[in-house]
Amino acid sequence: MKETRLGDFEEVILLLVGILGEEAYAFKLAEEFESQTGRSISIGAVHSTLSRLEDKGFLKSAMGKATAERGGRRKRIYTITAYGQRALVASRDFKLSLWQQYPAFATDKLNFGGQI
Amino acid sequence: MKTDRPIPPPLAQRFLRWFIKDELAEEVFGDLEEQYDAVLESRSSFQAKLNYWYQVFHYLRPFAIRKLNVIYLKPYAMYRSYFKMGWRNLLKYKAHSVINTGGLAVGMAVAMLIGLWLYDELSFNSYHDNYYRIARVMQNQLINGKIETWNSQAMQLGPAIRTSYGSNFQHIVLSSFTGGHILAYEEKVLTKTGNFMEPHAPELLTLHMLEGSRSGLNDLHSILLSESVAKAFFGEEDPMGKVLKIDNKLEVSVTGVYEDLPFNSSFSDLSFIAPWDLMVKSQNLEERVGWGNNWFQVLVQVAEHVEMGRASAAIKNVKLDNLSEEEAKFKPELFLHPMPQWHLYSTFENGVSVGGRIQMVRLVGIIGGIVLLLACINFVNLSTARAEKRAKEVGVRKVVGSKRSQLISQFFSESLLVVVLAFVFSLLLVQLMLPWFNEVADKQIAILWANPLFWLFSLVFVFLTGLMAGSYPAFFLSSFSPIKVLKGSNGFETLRKTSFWLGRFHSLPRKILVIVQFTVSVILIIGTIIVYQQIQFAKNRPVGYERNGLITIPMKTDEVFDHFEVLRNDLLATGVVSAVALSESPITNTWVTNSGFEWKGKDPNMQDEIVTVGITHDFGKVVGWEVIEGRDFSLDFSTDSSGFILNETAVKYMGFDNPIGQTVRAFGRVYTVIGVVKDMVTQSLYQPVKQTIFYIDTYHRVGIINLKISPQVSASIALAEIEPIFKKHNPATPFEYNFADEEFAQKFAYEARIGKLAGFFAVLAIFISSLGLFGMASFVAEQRTKEIGIRKILGASVVHLWQMLSTDFVVLVMVSCLIAVPVAYYGLHQWLQQYSYRTDIAWWVFAVAGLSALLITLLTVSYQTTKAALRNPVESLRSE
Repeated sequence: MKETRLGDFEEVILLLVGILGEEAYAFKLAEEFESQTGRSISIGAVHSTLSRLEDKGFLKSAMGKATAERGGRRKRIYTITAYGQRALVASRDFKLSLWQQYPAFATDKLNFGGQI
Repeated sequence: MKTDRPIPPPLAQRFLRWFIKDELAEEVFGDLEEQYDAVLESRSSFQAKLNYWYQVFHYLRPFAIRKLNVIYLKPYAMYRSYFKMGWRNLLKYKAHSVINTGGLAVGMAVAMLIGLWLYDELSFNSYHDNYYRIARVMQNQLINGKIETWNSQAMQLGPAIRTSYGSNFQHIVLSSFTGGHILAYEEKVLTKTGNFMEPHAPELLTLHMLEGSRSGLNDLHSILLSESVAKAFFGEEDPMGKVLKIDNKLEVSVTGVYEDLPFNSSFSDLSFIAPWDLMVKSQNLEERVGWGNNWFQVLVQVAEHVEMGRASAAIKNVKLDNLSEEEAKFKPELFLHPMPQWHLYSTFENGVSVGGRIQMVRLVGIIGGIVLLLACINFVNLSTARAEKRAKEVGVRKVVGSKRSQLISQFFSESLLVVVLAFVFSLLLVQLMLPWFNEVADKQIAILWANPLFWLFSLVFVFLTGLMAGSYPAFFLSSFSPIKVLKGSNGFETLRKTSFWLGRFHSLPRKILVIVQFTVSVILIIGTIIVYQQIQFAKNRPVGYERNGLITIPMKTDEVFDHFEVLRNDLLATGVVSAVALSESPITNTWVTNSGFEWKGKDPNMQDEIVTVGITHDFGKVVGWEVIEGRDFSLDFSTDSSGFILNETAVKYMGFDNPIGQTVRAFGRVYTVIGVVKDMVTQSLYQPVKQTIFYIDTYHRVGIINLKISPQVSASIALAEIEPIFKKHNPATPFEYNFADEEFAQKFAYEARIGKLAGFFAVLAIFISSLGLFGMASFVAEQRTKEIGIRKILGASVVHLWQMLSTDFVVLVMVSCLIAVPVAYYGLHQWLQQYSYRTDIAWWVFAVAGLSALLITLLTVSYQTTKAALRNPVESLRSE
């Protein structure tokens, strides 16, 4: 049985794939992750997540063209599948609906740096 | 892109290449290189490299690591197939299998025997729980300018140590030396060896009590018996509380029975223990003996918190402090000899331990190792030679789809099968040889079936040999490319050209092996011959007395003196005994030495030492000595009770030109020399005869009855006649007798043992070497089948071919003879130095050894070579 739920880190990676578009391959994704979140991550960790997402069917991948800059080696470019899009949307909707259910008084109780 | 930019660390790349899945390699290498470049932009190349390593390690994730080439077959079926193939291979080449397995089995059996022997030697005395804290008090004394080391002490030493240094020791036990004593219970009379010891002895020796307790010696009239002695006296009856008589005078009751001490204990002869105080009281020792009488031994057990060396240093001067100035001139120094060293380190020179039996243990260990190594190398070699025939099988298997790992495990399982088989055989062999080996080596060894260490050793050994033997075919043959092996008419020939191992130096290791093996064999042959020669030489030494029909009977009670004349007359009256006399020590081993003799012309600085033998009249007649000057003792001269008979050496020793009539002061009175006898070998056969004086005993020192059986009567008939007479006169003493010629043979026991062992090893070494040679000859003959066929067609004769094939081996064996001769000469020369009466090393011994090695070689090799030479060339050339 394949796990089809989207984990938090997986969701971020999936979104990054969408953001990077044609440039979505492991090294760039790791770089982007670092610059967006400020957290460092190894390429291996990103790659492992990518391959897991591919297994789950959220991503698909194809080898790109050879480029000179990396010793003529090709890149594996990842793109989001329709199923992956749906999973992202579902995830966002689910969180939004949770936020909408969140009562105002609860918001009051949140301490936004003590300004309210 | 900079051209001279640093490249990523190659090792990291190789590592990554090694584990990463092939389909991921390209993208990952690309990504990592991009990353590397990116880091390089902003930071140092070292940091970039470090980061590369970091990234590589982070790829150690399940998704990225390549799968092992696991083939999911049922392993059981696979191994069954391996063993079946192995078994078939064994059966197919029967002769080869027998040689190979048999040789290894014999080698293993010998190694196992030696291993068991070593274990026995090294575990000597470990039966006693505290053996590493037990020691014997020894003393070094300065005698005649030389330091002598004794293990005997005065009985006063025990209490002296106890009062001054008692806190160092847990137990201090005075003990007599082990000696034979007559034990009697009702009608049953037996001679048993045992000691008189202080009450702590059973604690010190940690005896395993079967009945009673270790405190059994506290009562003055008690005795502890070993299990076997208790059985001998009481059978199934309860021995506790039974009253025994020791030496016909001391009544004691049994207060305990202990488990027999094992054969590999220094106290294995301790078959009973009687209280020390009983001996002291009954012999009135307190009054009789002082610090000068070193008749006893002192055993100690060092206290738990005290180190042996410190305790030893502490007691150094205990004896000296108690001596008068006159006695102190020997400068006695005491020290402790720890029990673990008693057996193997008991030789002292100049008061320092210089080893002892350990040297022999090491030597035997080395021999065992060599035998095992030879057998192993043989085995590996033969397996390898055989495996080369299977190059084609490997090719076919590979074509059909075998993986290399499968071939490797196939070869390993085959060699393991053979080794296990050999191991089982060797166990069987050891079991069969042990009784014989125990007799030769004077041991009681058994296979340690229940000892996990033994099995661990065996298991490790089986695996190592299996791996070694299997490694060549497993790794080398399995690496063959099937095309190469299968293409040529003889795939192996192609290989030979391409491989270093199989090329020029291909046969070098085998040649060296043959040389080593035959060197060892020849040395052992020479050794065996020389040891036997030395024994024969000593046996043929003229001893100067007649030992045929000479019987000695030790008398352990004093009763014999009361009615010796009656006994003698009764014995003579039977007609089977031609002469009877008493003596102090047997003629085969005169053990009494005295000093303090004075005679005219003696060098005042001479510290004399002369062997003395107290005898009664007729002794000369009993032993048949030869009087060369003066006369024998005679009842016709009443003055003979103060007469001396010297041997030739004594005459020379005392410097008499005209010995008869000379006077000698000894034992507090004056003696006159009345005769000189020819030298007799009464001590070691290998040493010169010692100066000896015979005198008529008037002190009741004589305790041995010497009988000469009439030459025309057989010993068994004579003994049947003699026994009742002894029973009549000495009912309390068991009738025990020794034949002088048997006692005499005892002198050879050690040399005979060495001779037998050397012979045994020689036969083994030859056997193993011949097996190796046989296997190699068959291999060579096989390899050169075609060559021989062609030579035959071209007109070579059988003799010529035989010659051609045999020469190689003969040359090798001759080389080993050349090595062996000097080595053997040197070793045996050294060995013979310990005997001052020794045989010469004759040149023909070496010739015989060399020739027999050659003969064996030729016989072994010829079987194969003639077979090859006689083969019809049509057959050998037709194949393929």
